[in-house]
Amino acid sequence: MNWKQYFNTSIGKKLIMATTGIFLIVFLVVHCYINAQIFYNDGGTRFNEAAHFMGTNFVIRFVEIGLFGFLIWHMILGLALYNKNKSKRTAYAVNAGNKTSKWYSRSMALLGTLILLFLVIHLRNFWAPNRLSTLTGGEELPLYNMMKEQFQQAWLLAIYLLGVFSLAWHLLHGFYSAFQTFGLCNSRYKDMIRFIGVAFSIIVPIAFASMPIAFFLHLLN
Amino acid sequence: MEHYNMNLTLKVWKQKNCKTKGAFETYQVQNISSEMSFLEMFDILNERLIAEGKEPIAFDHDCREGICGTCSMFINGRAHGPWHQTTTCQLHMREYKDGDTIVVEPWRSHSFPVIKDLVVDRTAFDRIISAGGFISVNTGNAVDANAVLVPKDDADDSFAAASCIGCGACVAACPNASAMLFVSAKVSQLALLPQGRPEATTRALNMVKQMDQEGFGSCTNIGACEAECPKGISLENIARLNREYLGSVFTGKASS
Repeated sequence: MNWKQYFNTSIGKKLIMATTGIFLIVFLVVHCYINAQIFYNDGGTRFNEAAHFMGTNFVIRFVEIGLFGFLIWHMILGLALYNKNKSKRTAYAVNAGNKTSKWYSRSMALLGTLILLFLVIHLRNFWAPNRLSTLTGGEELPLYNMMKEQFQQAWLLAIYLLGVFSLAWHLLHGFYSAFQTFGLCNSRYKDMIRFIGVAFSIIVPIAFASMPIAFFLHLLN
Repeated sequence: MEHYNMNLTLKVWKQKNCKTKGAFETYQVQNISSEMSFLEMFDILNERLIAEGKEPIAFDHDCREGICGTCSMFINGRAHGPWHQTTTCQLHMREYKDGDTIVVEPWRSHSFPVIKDLVVDRTAFDRIISAGGFISVNTGNAVDANAVLVPKDDADDSFAAASCIGCGACVAACPNASAMLFVSAKVSQLALLPQGRPEATTRALNMVKQMDQEGFGSCTNIGACEAECPKGISLENIARLNREYLGSVFTGKASS
């Protein structure tokens, strides 16, 4: 088999899902760290500095292209696998439901689609106008003030909370699943990976959720 | 436990062969003892059907002691019924109460075509084994049992993987109809032993290739297979298969 064939088998495709997934998890950490600068509560000075660095640094901009590439690959391959797997059998009249597996493990495609819908709105609100402005030779947009302004809308807050909620469940399966795919879940590491996965899936989404909530409740100036 | 008798309603999948469409048929069974096994209940029903001149329900069975893996029945949404780590023949009627309705379906996977009623064709598993589930041994006299040393832990893990009976409950339970638990057990039992190392770089690749060709779905680490496996085959075997596969990809020789 050649390289292409190696990654075209069912395990090969799993490996791609896991690799791109881990990359997206690393992205979440960076994104969360940068955004957490708002909690200095200094009117956005530190946050804008960090955003300026992320928006102008050559390396970051290069990785951003890879990020979108991996994100799209993860999405398309994930949905393709979901469709293919669904075609492998006819449905049972009675299903085991949650007795033999977790609902979120079976709903990764649905959760992923919810995250995608959230992402479209999220990128349209912040990333797209900012990049458009700088690419057309204009100024960087005042992202901190935009957040402060936009998160006054309850419906937008609701969409963000739904997105973060979907992300948490997606991570709860995805984090552990990626390491299982890499073959790292043996008896020595299994419990540790599960624990870190659960902790990550709780801490990071709560950190993300706290940001629009903080603006909505006027906790930041 | 108190012995009791019960009357039950059975909804059983009837299908002439893989070419025709199947449907559920409803049967009433009376006076079933709580000490019968699930298959004995089917025997009684079939004897009655034969006496009435009707066609009996076709189902697979052989050893009736939980080790042959033929009794494939999907009972009320569970492979081999609701009991933990049992085959259908080891499921006993004390699980049920008088008046219960039980839905019995065959394993559903396009890789396991229905031969008749509850009997499915599992020869896809045999073809996966042929693709790599073997070792090379010298002909001639049997080698002394302790000539090749095997660490106890490895021997135990290998034995645990080798306890897979190839029943197909993992495929039946998986929403993706994936055969990864079966293949991982068959790879693990050999990969863990020194006797299995000569073929290690090709075994996982060849068996996974055959598994895909047979049309099984891909594993998404849901874990329903492990929950339904009558022999308690662990998901760690799937991790080992992934590891073996990765090892083959990165260290195996390039070939056509």
